[in-house]
Amino acid sequence: MKLTRLGVYSRGMTDPSKPGPFDVLIAGAGLVGLTLAIALRQSLGASFRVAVADPALDRVADPRTSAIIAAGRHLLEALGVWARVARDAQPIADTIITDSRLDDAMRPVFLNFDGEVEPGEPLAHMIENAPLLAALLEQARADGVVLLATGVASFDAQPEAVDARLSDGTGITTRLLVAADGARSPLRERAGIATHGWSYLQSAIVTNVAHERDHHGRAEEHFLPAGPFAILPLTGKRSSIVWTENTDEATRIVALPDDEFHDELERRFGLHLGEIETIGPRRAYPLEYFMARSFVAQRIALAGDSAHVIHPIAGQGLNMGLKDVAALAESIVDAVRLGLDPGGPVVLDRYQRWRRFDALAMGVATDGLNRLFSNRSDVLRVVRDVGLGVVERLPTLKRVFAREAAGLSGDVPKLLRGEGL
Amino acid sequence: MAGEARQSTVDEADVARFSRLADTWWDARGKMGVLHRFNPVRLAYIKDAACRQFGRERKRLDAFAGLRILDIGCGGGLLCEPLTRLGASVVGVDPSETNIAVATLHAAKSGLAIDYRASTAEALADAGERFDIVLAMEVVEHVADMPLFVARCAEMVRPDGLMIVATLNRTLKSFALAIVGAEYVLGWVPRGTHQWDKFVTPNELEIALERGGLHVSGETGVIYNILADTWDLSRDMDVNYMLTAAKPA
Repeated sequence: MKLTRLGVYSRGMTDPSKPGPFDVLIAGAGLVGLTLAIALRQSLGASFRVAVADPALDRVADPRTSAIIAAGRHLLEALGVWARVARDAQPIADTIITDSRLDDAMRPVFLNFDGEVEPGEPLAHMIENAPLLAALLEQARADGVVLLATGVASFDAQPEAVDARLSDGTGITTRLLVAADGARSPLRERAGIATHGWSYLQSAIVTNVAHERDHHGRAEEHFLPAGPFAILPLTGKRSSIVWTENTDEATRIVALPDDEFHDELERRFGLHLGEIETIGPRRAYPLEYFMARSFVAQRIALAGDSAHVIHPIAGQGLNMGLKDVAALAESIVDAVRLGLDPGGPVVLDRYQRWRRFDALAMGVATDGLNRLFSNRSDVLRVVRDVGLGVVERLPTLKRVFAREAAGLSGDVPKLLRGEGL
Repeated sequence: MAGEARQSTVDEADVARFSRLADTWWDARGKMGVLHRFNPVRLAYIKDAACRQFGRERKRLDAFAGLRILDIGCGGGLLCEPLTRLGASVVGVDPSETNIAVATLHAAKSGLAIDYRASTAEALADAGERFDIVLAMEVVEHVADMPLFVARCAEMVRPDGLMIVATLNRTLKSFALAIVGAEYVLGWVPRGTHQWDKFVTPNELEIALERGGLHVSGETGVIYNILADTWDLSRDMDVNYMLTAAKPA
């Protein structure tokens, strides 16, 4: 129908060389940015114009892997993305947690989560970022998201709209600008939003290994004195390693010759899966914690790593980002269906209220876990082992933790419950 | 109509008060913040009622295509703009020239075509205007003669059309919350915005609507959720409430 939706589109529409104007412009074509774009287009239809700008748009080369918890999977299922990557996703059948010194001969299992929140619903899947990003790009194209292979160089947030300038010099108008441009977010800086946080002085060594025996979908988290060492199952006889060390030590280890690196890895990995072999690159990512002081500013919303970065101890970083996506999408969709402004205070206040406290709580919890486990204190070791032992013996408490870890407790946005908007 | 003062339902003192506020209409963090926060719940109520009445799909962004809507006491256009975006053809009237100037300016900035008029409900009724939906949101508690005002509005509703009214109930609780609480304690709205004795009970409003030839088809309370800082629908009609009335086909 051709209608009075001339609305915002009546301005600047006469210049065909200029993209836009848009209702929502997202900076950053990562997992968070693309998922948000898809959710908005699918819920609001073709008249709602969404663009994603990223200079690295067609250079998807993310060697990392992600744990997608049940809530995140619901979201990807609801958007039709999960079907595209299901064969690349390894369900986590169970998780064991041990608390050991590096030279302990035995690593007694203190906590064993079997992998289902509910029958037939695994708590999490492991997936490599590369195929997931490729699937999101494919879906975004299919849904008519405008993909711009350039960055957002600057912007001017006016009361009624944002005037943005792209790195290629194009001017573009949008009603909402979403900064999904990562932890070092240039947009967050430009919006004058401060962060508070600290470095952990730890780095995570990330690599993938192939092993002789099947992992049977088991995830392992060994709390070694330097920090958690996680073995996360990938499809086939492969696992992803997230290995925390003090930053100096991590830098030394990744730079070792292959055979020495292998020895260091094997000391921690153990021999229970047979011979192991490192596959693909290895990199050390410095670990930090920070939280943006505000998740919103005039006509701007932060989502994902631009808003918060937490310790990877619980594998919740991306899932927090997807929770941002689901909450922001629901706030925008509800408002736009009432004819309200997608970049107005109704949307931004609701999003901020929904996410900031929750993100802060998750950040504090993971920080506490890391402090509890990354140390050599025998006293703390007794405290945490008693704690884990208690949890292990109380099935109800374990279920509560499992639902919490799966992202299915609290005020869960509709998309994370697998409902459409 | 005879040009008697009694025939005008506009209270001059109220018009002056709102004109002073007009500049701040669109500042959601400013003095009109409470109205901005109230906007989603009343828009959702209007959308639900209209979609039910006119058989529209709620999720569509053009759900109001082809509907002609009158917003009486439109102020700075906080309702007119979203209703227009949903596809309606909207007439906004307000007795205050300043409000109409502010609303017109803002609609132009938003790129929306809205028919704003510095006029009154009775002038439009006299001119024989007809609408699918007539809205009197937060306005009946400000008019000099509520039953007359409602009757004149009801005249303008097309057969099978709707009139939707939002207002404040006249109870002890509304005195405590809307006058003492909102104006004096919280400072949400300027002191003197409301006069409690002009508040309207649902029963009085229903009688006025029925006399205007409409049938009340729905009613709801609206309460403030202090934790979430939002307004939500509720069965509690002691303070804020909304009524929907339909004209028989």
